[in-house]
Parts: sequence; C-alpha cells; structure tokens
Amino acid sequence: MSRTDIGPPDYNEMMPEVIKKNYGHWQYHELLKPGVIRHVAESGDELFTVRVGSPRLVSIDFIRDICDIADKYCEGHLRFTSRYNIEFLTPKKDNVRPIIKAAKKLGLPTGGTGDAISNIVHTQGWLHCHSAATDSSPIVKALMDELYGYFTSMKLPGKLRVSLACCINMCGAVHCSDLAIVGVHTKVPKVDNEKLAAVCEIPTVMASCPTGAIRRHPDKDVKGVVVREDLCMYCGNCYTVCPAMRLADGEGDGIAIYAGGKVSNARKPPMFSRLIVPYLPNNPPRWPEVVDTIKKIVEVYAAHALKYERVGEWIERIGWETFFRLTGIPFAEQLIDDFTHARETWRTTTQFKW
Amino acid sequence: MGKETPKADELEKGPWPSYVKEIKRAAKKNAAAKDLLGVQELSFNDKVTHWKHGGIVGVKGYGGGVIGRYSDVPDQFPNVESFHTLRVNHPAGWFYTTQQLRKICDVWEKHGSGLTNMHGSTGDIILLGTTTQHLQPCFDDLIEAGFDLGGSGSALRTPTACVGPARCEWTNINTLDMVHNLTMEFQDEIHRPRWPYKFKVKISGCPNDCVAAIARADFTIIGTWRDSLKIDQKAVQEYVKKRFDVKGLIVDRCPTHALEWDKKAKELRVNPAECVRCMHCINKMTKAIRPGDDKGATILIGGKAPIVKGAMLSSVLVPFMKLEPPYTEVKDLMRKIWDWWDEHGKPRERVGELIERQGMKNFLKAVGLKPVPQMVKAPRTNPYVFF
Repeated sequence: MSRTDIGPPDYNEMMPEVIKKNYGHWQYHELLKPGVIRHVAESGDELFTVRVGSPRLVSIDFIRDICDIADKYCEGHLRFTSRYNIEFLTPKKDNVRPIIKAAKKLGLPTGGTGDAISNIVHTQGWLHCHSAATDSSPIVKALMDELYGYFTSMKLPGKLRVSLACCINMCGAVHCSDLAIVGVHTKVPKVDNEKLAAVCEIPTVMASCPTGAIRRHPDKDVKGVVVREDLCMYCGNCYTVCPAMRLADGEGDGIAIYAGGKVSNARKPPMFSRLIVPYLPNNPPRWPEVVDTIKKIVEVYAAHALKYERVGEWIERIGWETFFRLTGIPFAEQLIDDFTHARETWRTTTQFKW
Repeated sequence: MGKETPKADELEKGPWPSYVKEIKRAAKKNAAAKDLLGVQELSFNDKVTHWKHGGIVGVKGYGGGVIGRYSDVPDQFPNVESFHTLRVNHPAGWFYTTQQLRKICDVWEKHGSGLTNMHGSTGDIILLGTTTQHLQPCFDDLIEAGFDLGGSGSALRTPTACVGPARCEWTNINTLDMVHNLTMEFQDEIHRPRWPYKFKVKISGCPNDCVAAIARADFTIIGTWRDSLKIDQKAVQEYVKKRFDVKGLIVDRCPTHALEWDKKAKELRVNPAECVRCMHCINKMTKAIRPGDDKGATILIGGKAPIVKGAMLSSVLVPFMKLEPPYTEVKDLMRKIWDWWDEHGKPRERVGELIERQGMKNFLKAVGLKPVPQMVKAPRTNPYVFF
C-alpha cells in the first residue's frame, strides 16, 4: 500500500524564478492588449502573462502541447486560471509574440482579460454527470463560437462573467454570475418503488424534500413513496439521496437563464443572479435558443451600460422593467419568487418606470 | 465501435477550441474515450444523461476523492461501463512545472481515458474516466509522482486560493502559503468524510474575490486592510496627462464618497474612515492607488449554491483578523465551527443553513465570538426576540 495524505505538491516548486524572486513585491500591472498582462515588481523586474482560452475538457496530448510552449518560452512553467484559461508566464517581452503565435497554431485564442467575456465556468453535463438536466461542454462551445470576439477584445463596458450549471446544484458560482445558464427539470421524479425499497431508506428520502412533497405510499402493502406534484419544484435533492427518484426527462428538461449576479465587491456589493428566462428547450448540439438569448443580452448590455458597470449594476440603475423592455424578453409568471424569501423581491414602493 | 456521431462532429466547427476534437484525440489511443463520444451522441439524440447514480468506489484508506460513475447503456458502450473520476489536489495557485504536468499525463495515459479537466469547479485536477480495477494503481502512481487526491462527499473540499502574492499587487494576505498550510493541516478532514455535508474553504487576497469565496465557500477568507489605501500623486498626474477622467470614472463612482478630487492641485484625496475598500479606484488606477499597509482578512461564513434552502452569500463573522503562519487563530475557529455544525447539523445541511435554523446568536456563542455591527446590513425589524 502506498503512502497517503501527502497533500498537493508545494507551490514553491512550481513557480517560475521571476515570481519566486518578486513574491509579494509586485508594484502594478497593466493590460498591454487583450490577453497580455505586464506586471512590474518593486525591484523593477517585469513579468509578461499571455492568457489563452481552453475547452476545459482536454486530452493529455493537449496538455503536452501546451507544455511544449512553456518549455520553449517560459522555462518550463505555466499556470491555469479559475476559469480554465492557460497562462504562459515569461520575464521576456520578446517571447510574447511567439507564445501567441504558438497558441494560435494549436487553435487557442489569446484574450479573456479586462472588459471581456472570459471563459465560461461550467460543469460536466450529460458527458459525465448523473443528475444533469442539460449538457455543458456543447453549449459552452456553441456560445463561445458566437461570443468569440468578446474574448479576444476588451470592448465591453465592464467584465462579463458567464457560467453554466447542468442542474440547480449549481456547481460553479452560477448563482452570482453576470449571465448564468442553468439546466432545469420540469417534471416530478419518476418513483421506482421496487428499487427504492431495495436501496434507499424511506424516512431519509422523505426528509430530503425541502417542500414536504414526498409522502409515504398510501397503500400500506407498498414499501415506497409518492410525490405530490403540486409541491415538487424539481430540485433533485431526493434523487441525490436515492437513485430510485430519477428526474431526467427528455421532454421536460431544459434551460433557465439568470442575469445580474457578481462576486466582486467593487463598487456595489456581491449580487445574486436573477431568473429572467424560466425555460428554453434542450436543442443539441448547438442550443440556438440559448445562444440567441445570451447574445441578445450581451449586445443590449454593450450598447446601454456605463463604463465599468457590470450587468447587475446596469440593471439596478435602469430598473428591471427597463431591462425587459430593452431586451424584449417576455416577463414570465415564474420570475416572481414564491420560495422562502420571496417577499424581499417584491416592489414595496411606488417608484418605478413605465 | 465505428458508430457515426454527426451531432457531436458539428461541434468541431467554429473558432473556439473544440472539446469534441479533444475527445477524438484521446479516442485514438483509448477505447473508453471512443465510447464516450458515442455516449455523447446518444444523449444528443434522446436528451437525457446516460450515467447512473453514484456507486461507492475508492482507494485504500480514503473515503473520498473518487467519484463512482457507471453507464446505463453498457451493452452499447462496454468500454465506459465503469468510468470513474479522480479528483487530484492542485498545487496552490494552479502553478505547474511542465515536468510535473507531464508526469500526470503519463499516469493518466497508463490508467485512464486520457481525458481531463484543467480544472474542475472546486479547483481539483479532474481525471475523467477509469475502471474500478485501475483506481488503486492509478492512485499509487499519482502518489509516486507527488500528487494526492482532493475532497469529495461530506468532507472538507479541496481548499483554493487566488494567485495572491505570486503575481498580484493587491493581495493583503499570503493566500498561497495559507491555502497550502491549511490543506496540509487538514488532510484527514479532506480525505475522510465525516460531516453532515460538504465544507468549502476559499481564500481571496482582496475584495475583488477572484475565487468567488463569498459565493461558494462555507468559510470565506478575503484579504483587506485597516488603515488607508495609498495614493501616489505623481502617478495620478500621469493618468491626468493621458486624459483619464479621474473625477468622472473614479471619484464619482466611489460608493461611499470617500474620494475627493482637488481640481486646482490636481490631487486625489481619500477619507479613510469613509472607505469601504471596494477596490474600484485601485482596480482602475493600478499604477496610482494601492491597498493600505495594515493588512489582514475579513472572515465570512455560510456561502453556498442553492441546494437545499436556496443560494446564500457568506456573511461577516470576523471583520478583521491578522493572518500569519502557522495560522493558529483561524484553524481554531474552523475547528470550533466544525464541532458545532457536526453536533447540530442534519444530513445535507450546510453550515449556513444550520446557522439560519438555529440562529446567529446561538452560533456566535458556540464559537465564542461577540456580536458587532459589521455582521449585519441592518438590525432586525420584527419584535420576536428570544431572551
């Protein structure tokens, strides 16, 4: 048996020399062009970062390819960002252009810095997850094909962070993103009572439901449960604790879109994303309804927001009523909250726009 | 298999790098990767997932780090009948030497599908798809290469931190040293799930919060300062010379009117007592404005995604804490929180939900903290008070 609990490798062994030398002593940075950052240390040393996009799901040969670039131009060091971008780091300005060229040869765009759309944080989807209500990688690919010009430029009013979660577990800060795409179920779980009796505990399954929709089966001879359709909001918590409560449904599953969230404390405090489109169909492989809706919002935001305003700050200033008018998105009944803290979102003033 | 995948093939087109091309690259060497493409096409056709619910698999001595995954169509795609995921704890800051990255590639070529995520949402290296038989040998080889598994299930999830002092002038704490130190200290909590549910720790060096700590971590550490931000008036002049609108874009956008523009002297002044350290002016005038010198962190508690009671942002627990190695104060606080949550939490109840259920007052007592105004946006409006 091998050793255990050795923990991750020490980051000190992973950092390039120029970083080790200037660790904690950086003076300032500037964006030279989309995807290229220049950091200057108190010592006067310079560090150039070239940020390139990646599809997140990559083969080991892809990793070896980017290692080749880092070996040639970055003394064998590279890093990744929290949004799956690859960053090539070098103290030599002359290396920037060849790195961009080498990345381009691999099909990797340089960008994702400043007032841009960086890579879309996303989950596994149908490709690898059991609770997915939609797929992830294909929607991201279809969207980034359309939004490509916003990754490789810095022409937006502010940063625009897009995230995607394939179910409402929302792995990835989807609940606080400028634009969020979330897979949703719209049909109640299909209870398999035979399986349930064999592999799950009935009280645990019942207790897992946040709205009390799961009840003991009325027939005492049936060891199982029933779901009250009027109480179920398809959260999937029961399915997570019991595989006999399958939610996936080819017809009912689809996509919801949220807008206006952010994580940063800059200017306004962090904000939650708000539901703006309750349902769009799953339409593989390119989900045109989702792509069109997101693209439309990005364009309206780009045309109307003030410099530096994030989507949520912009909407707060113009009002949600104006947002729906400008984007042409219909205001659906599902957008009015009816869960725990619903009242906080209802308008308790006569101040609004027409 | 030789099956056609016209829908998946469509996603090889377009300017953004294609994950389908990556699956096909892996498929040239690996039968499971080839079957995965077929599973993808099948899901495109019938619009549901074809992965079964969980399954307990793992490596000796650990209770997590491996996500069991089985196909519900093994007859069609026998090479992905079992297709488990390993979560591998990334080095702090996601820095790598190519030598170490190549080692991981070699291990994964030998033991798995050859497909990875760099990285998963929590921050781990995700090794996507292997069989039950390969799990232990794969783990053994990973350990040999100097890597270990990350967290999964009802455990401490792999802690993450922003790039911090390695390449950012704004950080107020040594995010990388701290995340590495905590990760090493809490190996047991990461590898052996024992709690009501998951627990996440994320560390951001400044209030820009590049690792989304306030939204995603139960225990949120965000660097900040207590004195005044620093303004270099000479550098301000440079911005003015370049016709940057200091008054309109910086002073007028300060959320608490803590900045003042002296038109005559062309000087930017700050009233530190009014500054809430939002980072806006620092973000936009990188050469002229920097955080203060009396650095530390704000600790916040209870952030999470929607399941079960709705999404929550972390709220202020300790307005300011100095954070120096060996980080005893913060570790003690974490342990107190875990003890209370472990004692009172229901299955699948995150600490933020438990605090809401039991009341902040009780929680503060349990962890030995005094209530202060910085913890709330406003006091309560209702008269329903427990004495």
